[in-house]
Amino acid sequence: MLKIEGLTVHYGVIPAIKDLNIEVPQGKVVCLIGTNGSGKTTTLKGVSGIVKAKAGRILFEGKDLTKVDPHQIVHMGISQVPEGRGVFPDLTVLENLQLGAFIRKDKKAIKSDLEEIFSLFPRLEERKNQLSGTLSGGEQQMLAMGRALMARPKLLLLDEPSMGLAPIIVQEIFKIVRRINEEGTTVMLVEQNAKMALSVAHYGYVLETGEIVAQGTVNELKNDDMIRKIYLGIH
Amino acid sequence: MLAQQIVNGLTIGMIYALIALGYTMVYGILKIVNFAHGDIFMMGSFFGLILIRNVGLPFVVAFALAAVLTALLGILIERLAYRRLRFSDRIVPLISAMGVSIFLANLAQKLWGSEVHTFPKVMEIKTYTIAGMTFSTVQLLIFGLSIIAMLGLHFFVNKTKIGTAMRATSISITNATLMGINTNMIIMITFAIGSALAAAAGILVSIYYDAVYPTMGYTAGLKAFTAAVLGGIGSIPGAVLGGLILGVAENLGIAYIAAKYQDIIAFCILILVLIIRPRGILGKKEINKV
Ligand SMILES: Nc1ncnc2c1ncn2[C@@H]1O[C@H](COP(=O)(O)OP(=O)(O)O)[C@@H](O)[C@H]1O
Ligand SMILES: [Mg+2]
Repeated sequence: MLKIEGLTVHYGVIPAIKDLNIEVPQGKVVCLIGTNGSGKTTTLKGVSGIVKAKAGRILFEGKDLTKVDPHQIVHMGISQVPEGRGVFPDLTVLENLQLGAFIRKDKKAIKSDLEEIFSLFPRLEERKNQLSGTLSGGEQQMLAMGRALMARPKLLLLDEPSMGLAPIIVQEIFKIVRRINEEGTTVMLVEQNAKMALSVAHYGYVLETGEIVAQGTVNELKNDDMIRKIYLGIH
Repeated sequence: MLAQQIVNGLTIGMIYALIALGYTMVYGILKIVNFAHGDIFMMGSFFGLILIRNVGLPFVVAFALAAVLTALLGILIERLAYRRLRFSDRIVPLISAMGVSIFLANLAQKLWGSEVHTFPKVMEIKTYTIAGMTFSTVQLLIFGLSIIAMLGLHFFVNKTKIGTAMRATSISITNATLMGINTNMIIMITFAIGSALAAAAGILVSIYYDAVYPTMGYTAGLKAFTAAVLGGIGSIPGAVLGGLILGVAENLGIAYIAAKYQDIIAFCILILVLIIRPRGILGKKEINKV
């Protein structure tokens, strides 16, 4: 579904990612793990068109995203939950969710999708008229995910959904990620929390200073000595 | 006497408020002060004047058409003078804005001369006295049209899909783009609305003072900017509040201090606000974007 070929992104003259090759097959969860500053966010920004590729192609259903306007990429079926959630704090929870459906015109289906989001995240319904800046971190993560789903994406990009959240909330969020995938949405997940990421993904890539250093099925990665030591803390 | 000064102050305050809305909306989205906005207001007055006096259109048609033409001018200015500078240092678009301002004032002088034009009579001037206060029909026109424009803007920004997208864009252009919003389009719409409101203010004040001239944008622009800062730049209700307060303060100053201090009052307020409360009455604390 998504095929990143030789993607290189620079900030100024400094390369943040170099010659990345990543494939996300339809219906799967693919994770990209790596420490802080390894280039995970840059990769997702590249897919969403927020940063420009210096070299390489990003093929989505055969079309090269590096030649598409960033807002059009959302129309093509890719939604991103950015690092730090990116909710609009001065807007209500409901307005945030409605903006998720900005690209859609099917009012009836939007309404029923909203009900679905509220059943997935009941706390959002209780707080729908509250300004989203007043939500807790976990609730903001749920809002950002619900908002992205309101676009009915084919591919959902998640940038560190576990960041700054209590372990119990992280469990809850990852349960929902699995459920979203089981309902048919392809997911590309970026995480520092390798253990959680490998618990939901089918396939994974390991990124270090902008380069892929390992890749494989989740089982292969979980049994790799280097990954066990550095990313999972098992000796 | 006091009540009458307040009525007169609110009248001119409505004008300041209409212009201040353009400053505040553009600042809200791009974080730049569009210093050409006063000249956009002046161009709006001239468009109205030409369409009524030279083309002979009826007032209502000329008013609407002038607003549309001024909106297009605003869009053109954004496209030519600001868009490419969006990611440069803040001082750069500011310089560009001053360039546009000088260009427009000189263009107007070239096209229509530097003299003061009188505005054609568009309505029967009558006055009504209610509870000791005198209202002219022009004042009522200013109140009526300003309030309609402000309520319309309030509805648009808070209750429509595009208005919500506009608020999202002013919070974060990047995150709005991630919603599939064409933020360039939203920025164009913002310039169009701000410029149309400035044209409305320009035509109304030209009728009120019976004067149209190429440099009329300088003081009016600076005062409306003061109003926007006073109310809290970036805040739409703040722009209205700031405009009304400034208008009333000026008129009280004229009445109780001296007429010649009228223009000084605005600048004293500007300096005081910048020293005491830079974020204005309704403005939010400046958050440094990381
Ligand atoms: N806007 C930016 N300007 C300059 N350098 C940046 C910017 N964003 C990220 N970088 C640099 O690019 C590298 C990769 O960053 P990032 O993609 O955010 O990593 P991660 O998400 O894995 O923590 C880091 O060295 C970071 O300092
Ligand atoms: Mg990151």
